[in-house]
Amino acid sequence: MATVRLSFSPAPVHVRTARLVGVAVARRAGVAEELLDEVRLAIGEACTRAVALHNQYGLADLVTVEMSDSDSYAVRVIDHAPIEASVGLAKLPPDELAAESLTDEALTTGVGFALLAGFVDDLQVRPVEDGPGTEVRMVWPVQRR
Amino acid sequence: MELSLATRTVAEHTVLEVGGEVDVYTAPRLRERLVELVDAGARNVIVDLAGVEFLDSTGLGVLVGAMKRLRVANGTFGLVCSKEPLLKIFRITALDQVFPIYPSVEAATGDGDGSGPIS
Repeated sequence: MATVRLSFSPAPVHVRTARLVGVAVARRAGVAEELLDEVRLAIGEACTRAVALHNQYGLADLVTVEMSDSDSYAVRVIDHAPIEASVGLAKLPPDELAAESLTDEALTTGVGFALLAGFVDDLQVRPVEDGPGTEVRMVWPVQRR
Repeated sequence: MELSLATRTVAEHTVLEVGGEVDVYTAPRLRERLVELVDAGARNVIVDLAGVEFLDSTGLGVLVGAMKRLRVANGTFGLVCSKEPLLKIFRITALDQVFPIYPSVEAATGDGDGSGPIS
């Protein structure tokens, strides 16, 4: 099993770097070419969510992305924001998406979660083992080489 | 690829051509440009996503924000998109039921074969 770990300051500019690395490692791990767009989007969404949470709570801690391949390609995106910030994720119905009362932040969070849930078959959001924070874990199948 | 933005006028429509990657880093520039257009008096805005290579939730949020802003101003808002990966994003988020999405600028501005929105 090979592991690549990337940690970055919680700034939007670095999310693109995480996407690029995540897709490069996925390709090398043997994830099917037709899934790479979904890998790119999902890693981006998970990192965007982590950066937003760190900024919301004024946390300078690094966001970590850990990619590993064995029987599958697993990506963990780890933040250190309080757990309560991560609950309440829900896919929004169409009539609420365009509602005036919905804030931009709530809309982006809801849409981001819809994309994660829609593009990743094997998705888990769970507390980190030590200290505050959550881990978004995503798994994709790999082709045997 | 960096975000690119270009504006042109087609009949009474303002068409904003977007290219490159629209994500959490670049979306604020897209929001800024859309706000500028509406503040400058544009009321029928079409965002052409033909050159977009990547679009995330932040970018989608900006598009919804622009649509709301135009609705308040009694304007119209539409998208041009024919790339299947992007259309899938709109379907998964149910935003295909929120935005009028057209296959071409001609269809969006009513200056073509008369075909309507694809959503």
